[in-house]
Amino acid sequence: MRKLPLVLTAAGLSAAAAPVAADLSVSVELPRINSASYHRPYVAVWIEKPDQTTAQTLAVWYQQTRNNEGDGKDWLKDLRTWWRKGGRAMAMPADGVSGPTKAPGRHAVTVPGARLRSLPAGQYTLVVEAARELGGREVVRVPFQWGAANTGTATGSTELGAVRVAVTR
Amino acid sequence: MKKTLALLAPALLTLTAALAAPLSAQAHRAWLAPTSTVLSGNDAWVGFDAGMSNGVFIPDHAAMRLSGLTITAPDGSAAEAENLHQAKYRSSFDLHLSRPGTYRVANVASGFMASYDQGGERKRWRGAEADFPGALPADATNVETTRTDSRTETFVTLGAPNDAALAPTGKGLELVPVTHPNDLVAGEAATFKLVKDGQPAAGVEVAVARGGLRYRDNPEEITVRTGADGAFTVTWPEAGLYWLGASVRTPGANGQPGSNASWNGALEVLP
Repeated sequence: MRKLPLVLTAAGLSAAAAPVAADLSVSVELPRINSASYHRPYVAVWIEKPDQTTAQTLAVWYQQTRNNEGDGKDWLKDLRTWWRKGGRAMAMPADGVSGPTKAPGRHAVTVPGARLRSLPAGQYTLVVEAARELGGREVVRVPFQWGAANTGTATGSTELGAVRVAVTR
Repeated sequence: MKKTLALLAPALLTLTAALAAPLSAQAHRAWLAPTSTVLSGNDAWVGFDAGMSNGVFIPDHAAMRLSGLTITAPDGSAAEAENLHQAKYRSSFDLHLSRPGTYRVANVASGFMASYDQGGERKRWRGAEADFPGALPADATNVETTRTDSRTETFVTLGAPNDAALAPTGKGLELVPVTHPNDLVAGEAATFKLVKDGQPAAGVEVAVARGGLRYRDNPEEITVRTGADGAFTVTWPEAGLYWLGASVRTPGANGQPGSNASWNGALEVLP
């Protein structure tokens, strides 16, 4: 950090993104839930700034194709927190972000540093929200630092299991 | 829709006198409750129930007549209700949200009331203001008149919210959102403005009541007061469908009619 003023002088504003050559890996565990009519959860993964506004949505898993239960986009609103904080302003499907719902188990979301180059170094929160038809909703937050190698972890209690975040160089 | 309303008309005639002028029914609260307010997808349907009742959103008194139903689409144009039906305790209808943005759903009524003495008795006349001249008997004395404006409304949004439907009409008491009415979350503060005939309504009491009273003991009702600019702020104690109500009465003077304006709204607060 001590070098930063010098770098700024030399390279101007582009220097802010320069030290970040890292990748972001997120692991999301979807617990197996015994229920008479289990539906796979809708899940949103996004990065929040310290003021709790959304910096970037990383993944949204929802029913991609229209079936006899209708268009999956109809239930995106059930990811309430994500919907309000930016989901409703996005067009779905979104390249590199949206994908189909996942079965119970551990799922990885790996985001190359290039996709996050507009993210200035600093403290952030990785947020995972899961909402399940005829089930519950849960939000898990994991603080992490962007700009240096570090990891963070948190665990949900109902709709989400362990959520891990790793920033690697 | 005109046709549907005409079919409903005979049923409307059987309504009690209290309903003909919602403003006189202070003991009963008017409400227009949506089945949901925040929607996603390419299009969606929302159902609405409307009634006048003792309990908020509990249909226990009478259905609301929907002859003043005014729905504003996200681009400011008029939208039409479908499947209008009037039952004993509630009226209902559907709205097909076919484009993204915020819809303003309102039941608006304007009227004119006169009270007068005739033969030693105090009597009342109600109707449209245009019908009033010459409506009273020739021997009516001590005439007092009041203009009434009532608006019962709610808001629903498909996709991202917008503001085009929220512009005040400038007639009666209206809510002008500062915080968007479909962006309300438990624990967060929301600010709105009340305007009467387009001007800030200062010092007006607004009752804020969460639905579901049947299943709890405490009404948990909140009263807030508008400031000089007509603004008031509510911090939602928890998620739920909230009823808000306010009215402004101005006495008549110098032979001019008084005014009685009321606004009732249903706002959904999500967890």
